[in-house]
Amino acid sequence: MIKLIALVPLFPLIGFLINGFFGKKLSKGLSGGIASVSVLASFIVAVLAFLELEHSTNKSHVVELFSWISADTLNIPFEFLYDPLSAWFLLIITGIGFLIHIYSTGYMHDDAGFSRFFTYLNLFVFFMLLLVMGNNYLIVFVGWEGVGLCSYLLIGFWFKNQAYNDAARKAFVMNRIGDLGFLLGIILIFVSYGSISYGDVFSRAGVSSNAVVTAIALLLFIGAMGKSAQIPLYTWLPDAMAGPTPVSALIHAATMVTAGIYMIVRSNVFYSISEVASETVAIVGVVTAIFAATIGLLQNDIKKILAYSTVSQLGLMFLGLGVGAFSSSVFHVTTHAFFKALLFLGAGSVIHAMGGEQDIRKMGGLKGKIKITYITMLLGTIAISGIPPFSGFFSKDEILAHTYEHSKLLWVLGMIASMLTAFYMFRMLFLTFFGKFRGTHEQEHHLHESPSSMTIPLMVLAAFSVLGGALGLPEFWHMPNWMSEHLSPIILHKNPSALDHTTEWTLMGLAIVAAGVVIYFAHAMFITNGVLPLESEEKMKPWQKLIYNKYYVDEFYDAVIRKPLDLISTAFYKFLDLQVIDGLVNGVGSMVKGIGSVVRLLQSGNIGFYIVSMVLGVILILLFTFII
Amino acid sequence: MSINYYILLSAVLFIIGAVGVMARRNSIIIFMCIELMLNAVNLMLVSFSTLHNDAKGQVFVFFIMAVAAAEVAVGLAILSMIYRNIKNIDTDLLSNLKN
Repeated sequence: MIKLIALVPLFPLIGFLINGFFGKKLSKGLSGGIASVSVLASFIVAVLAFLELEHSTNKSHVVELFSWISADTLNIPFEFLYDPLSAWFLLIITGIGFLIHIYSTGYMHDDAGFSRFFTYLNLFVFFMLLLVMGNNYLIVFVGWEGVGLCSYLLIGFWFKNQAYNDAARKAFVMNRIGDLGFLLGIILIFVSYGSISYGDVFSRAGVSSNAVVTAIALLLFIGAMGKSAQIPLYTWLPDAMAGPTPVSALIHAATMVTAGIYMIVRSNVFYSISEVASETVAIVGVVTAIFAATIGLLQNDIKKILAYSTVSQLGLMFLGLGVGAFSSSVFHVTTHAFFKALLFLGAGSVIHAMGGEQDIRKMGGLKGKIKITYITMLLGTIAISGIPPFSGFFSKDEILAHTYEHSKLLWVLGMIASMLTAFYMFRMLFLTFFGKFRGTHEQEHHLHESPSSMTIPLMVLAAFSVLGGALGLPEFWHMPNWMSEHLSPIILHKNPSALDHTTEWTLMGLAIVAAGVVIYFAHAMFITNGVLPLESEEKMKPWQKLIYNKYYVDEFYDAVIRKPLDLISTAFYKFLDLQVIDGLVNGVGSMVKGIGSVVRLLQSGNIGFYIVSMVLGVILILLFTFII
Repeated sequence: MSINYYILLSAVLFIIGAVGVMARRNSIIIFMCIELMLNAVNLMLVSFSTLHNDAKGQVFVFFIMAVAAAEVAVGLAILSMIYRNIKNIDTDLLSNLKN
């Protein structure tokens, strides 16, 4: 099956083409069916190939498809790399992608753009697969840009709403800023090593000076900042909630935002060499984790809470990458994919039940009305909050343990971030599902459980969210940590835990106690005392206002970057464009017109005159040639 | 016989033709004068061809004749159309396109 690994991206591509060209003529069932089946087919191939890889001794397979770019010394074949890392990501992308496709057939059922939606969704999966399978940085870049494009198309899916279009554009532009860094990184890699294929580059990485490696690592990280929404390029992700909910789940769980993590794990050699770069990654990660988590505390839009939670969790993953715990971060990507997809799809189910309402202030008491959604979301919330034995606990704990080893300060910050996570997630859960119903009467009447095409993916994801922790059990339980063993072939400088077991137990205990206390506190606040979010901004205390308005970061960017740019471009428009360039262009035009108005008079239409002037001209030319 | 006579005759014919084209207004006459100029050139080609013992000039003469025949056919067709429209073939009256 490994030889046929190119089938994995091929199936969604075919699905994309069919839906793209004939989608409008197909029935909804067929259109959604083709899209879902194409991803399912990829998933099956990915699983078979994965089983083969597990049993083979050769852990790295290169499948060359064709020669792609060949000029002078530059020679870039189009080839796929199939190794434990890409194999694992393929499983996540196609597996969760498939569930999201199934869910979408239910969620988007009444939408006019049904087939268009599945076209984009397939294309998204295709590009993401390309991204993780490429054997050189250029193919990764193609996939990288492709998912950027698809996120633009999908965030602005309901393009009749101008605010949604703005959100799509914002995501696109922010990603472009990061992409510039990534592209410069790739160019620097080529200049330094003369190749951009992974094998060549990583085997020679140690040759170049530390400064070059640091520069490469930092540039690549800028790319990751954009894709994976880290400070300062994170503001697009919460706005990306404008897209349909399954898109949010796809972007946040299986594709797009995990691309940054994947790329850095793939390039782990650079980060192992460069202390400065990995330290930067860790600090940016932990700051993002805390920063986004605090914003999550006071959000009232159910999807925005989840969006900030994603930013925060991604921050934790980068913290893991920064302290060298690459396999732990991939582990957290995996468990996060399970429970974040679950939470988003659950939120979609809530929104579906509420008839499009997303504000948790208008929800409440949904527990009894939509049971399956409630139970699955409860499981997801417990998983993300870090309560054992749910999956999120193990992956987060592994990252935090490695962080503790690396720096106590970062560990404390990481702990705070995960405590905040537990708090706002339970706040969301309590406000949505407990207490009295706060919506309108019609909404209450309209409440109903979602169709089974939506609830079955929820149940599958819930099962994974609960059990996913088994992929990476802590080492002192004398069970193999499957995830770190699986990924060991691709991580060059490993970071074995040097903590003794007592410390590990203590850290773990602390994490559990912290999460427990926070959840108890949230319960007391929102259930026992029935505190509700404030209706209007005026009643808020200054610090609440600050957080509620997301620290005014958007406004800050507006004032510092957008406004000056606007001013400069207006000035350039008024002077350079209107005066100089338009003057030049119009000047040429009016000059030709002026000459024409004089020369025009020569055309009398009188044949005799024409002939005389022709003969005179000939004579003149002859005379001229004789003289010379 | 010296080539000069041929050149002289050809030049005279050509000038008569050129002056006719410039001075006359009747389209038919202008046509005939053009033919005169063409034949002046033909005469020149034939003479030099004989002088140099080279058949190229004669071949060119055939080409010129063929093209001239075609030109006359097209030209006369145009003229007859003009005549049908304005009942006249005076070139001075043919400047209507100017307006």
